[in-house]
Amino acid sequence: MPRAEVRLLAPACGVLSLIAAAAALQALIVTDVVSRYVVPPPTDVVMAIARIVREEHVVARFLLTSGETFGSGLLILAVGVPIGFWLHRSALARRAFEAWVAAWAAAPLVLAYPLFLVLFGRSSLTIVVLGFAAGVAPVVLKTLEGLTATRRVLVDVGRSLQITRGQMFRKILIPAALPEIFTGLRLGLTFSLINIVGVEFLINFGGLGQLINELAERYDLAGTYAAIGFVLLASMVFFACMEHVERWLRRTH
Amino acid sequence: MDATLSVEHVTKRFGMGETAITAVEDVSFDVAEGEFVSLIGPSGCGKSTLFHFIGGLTAEHGGRVAVAGETISGPHPAIGMVFQEESAFPWRNVIDNVGFALELRGMPRAERLERARHYVALVGLQGFERRHPSELSGGMRQRVAIARTLAAQPRILLMDEPFASLDEQTRLLLGEKVTEIQQQLRQTTLLITHSLTEAVQLSDRILVMTFRPGRLRRVVQVDLPRPRNDDILTSPEFGAYVAELWGDLREEASRGLQAAEHAAG
Ligand SMILES: Nc1ncnc2c1ncn2[C@@H]1O[C@H](COP(=O)(O)OP(=O)(O)OP(=O)(O)O)[C@@H](O)[C@H]1O
Ligand SMILES: [Mg+2]
Repeated sequence: MPRAEVRLLAPACGVLSLIAAAAALQALIVTDVVSRYVVPPPTDVVMAIARIVREEHVVARFLLTSGETFGSGLLILAVGVPIGFWLHRSALARRAFEAWVAAWAAAPLVLAYPLFLVLFGRSSLTIVVLGFAAGVAPVVLKTLEGLTATRRVLVDVGRSLQITRGQMFRKILIPAALPEIFTGLRLGLTFSLINIVGVEFLINFGGLGQLINELAERYDLAGTYAAIGFVLLASMVFFACMEHVERWLRRTH
Repeated sequence: MDATLSVEHVTKRFGMGETAITAVEDVSFDVAEGEFVSLIGPSGCGKSTLFHFIGGLTAEHGGRVAVAGETISGPHPAIGMVFQEESAFPWRNVIDNVGFALELRGMPRAERLERARHYVALVGLQGFERRHPSELSGGMRQRVAIARTLAAQPRILLMDEPFASLDEQTRLLLGEKVTEIQQQLRQTTLLITHSLTEAVQLSDRILVMTFRPGRLRRVVQVDLPRPRNDDILTSPEFGAYVAELWGDLREEASRGLQAAEHAAG
């Protein structure tokens, strides 16, 4: 098989399966096996996309939610990676806090939204901070894991060359841990996005989450699902971007 | 600067109580400036332990290492090391791996690339400059690590079984090139190896180590002329040195093997 075909095969399989699943669902709804008042027909959902773009400013909301997630992502990196390094350097800190960080990762933080509201007001800041809090733990843990897995000899090469502490970070530890850091970031951003949309829904404020809340309250099921589709789109865009950034970083180190 | 390397009464133990292992016991020797010394001994006799120690990478130990008579505490700028484990940086391509030490020193890019390219060619990797280690064979990766250390042109060169993952032919040729540079720069060189022929081919002196505790058993002076071309490598004198070393090592190696069997059984 020529290369281009091979490259298109996987996405084609994915899209076709999706279409097949949608068609099956449609058939179940048309034949009244599944009530259309519980699950809207896929064709209605597709049609609703145009409507919510026109009437509900969905593009602006998409950008708002993505922007908030991006902001959380930056905070997660700026705080999570240094904490990972700190836990790696200090055996005491690691023994004291590693389990806590893991527990933090499992906490349903979105339920603590009233606390965040009190602290940061009903604003985008609350949403970004909550997204950060929800996604930081995997980055800490994965950074720590990547550093721990860095082979001793690579560090020794640096030491034998009188490397400075800064150079050790930039030129050896960070690049060695980079793949793990990105794994953590992918997990973390997923948590962030879920929690951001969740809190937008709960406090009825901001981007896609609020829209989903409104449409659901109006019982516009097709519109609700179409809006959820935009959340998936945001997640896909983030994954694609991260893959590019990671590849670029690996090349420049 | 005088680049004599002195190792005095070095001892290193691992563990405590009944399971403690004395890896190296009271080892002392000098390597004079420009001298090529090999350290040979059976697997597990403490060669790498000594290597890390001399490189200043081990913290607690007994004894002293000195460069030009001055005790060193930690890695020393005159010392360059080639490690036994695979040590090419996986995220750097060949040329950037080889230029690593030069980059740390802040050498301008053009000059650095030129020097790196020279050493890449020297270890026979021209054409692979832009490849990453994952795209190379084990032996090629090891050559990247050798080139990286050579490119830094250290006054004292420490190598821990640098040719172990190479085939016999590449090993011979690369050994030749390394000694060429070593002679040219008058580098003080300590090579750790378990190849008898390699030790005789390259060295002025050979230190033979015992197995557990790792002590120096004997020192063999190699009086063969340089460059050691094919005539010398195939001469009876060369063979005699190898046989002599084997006589020494055989006993140690079989003790090492027995210890391993004992541990396994
Ligand atoms: N970190 C460590 N902890 C405990 N024991 C160790 C450690 N490192 C080495 N040893 C022990 O010290 C002894 C010497 O090890 P070393 O790596 O120096 O051997 P070597 O001579 O380099 O062997 P080889 O030729 O196989 O590389 C071995 O018996 C090993 O079990
Ligand atoms: Mg060893």
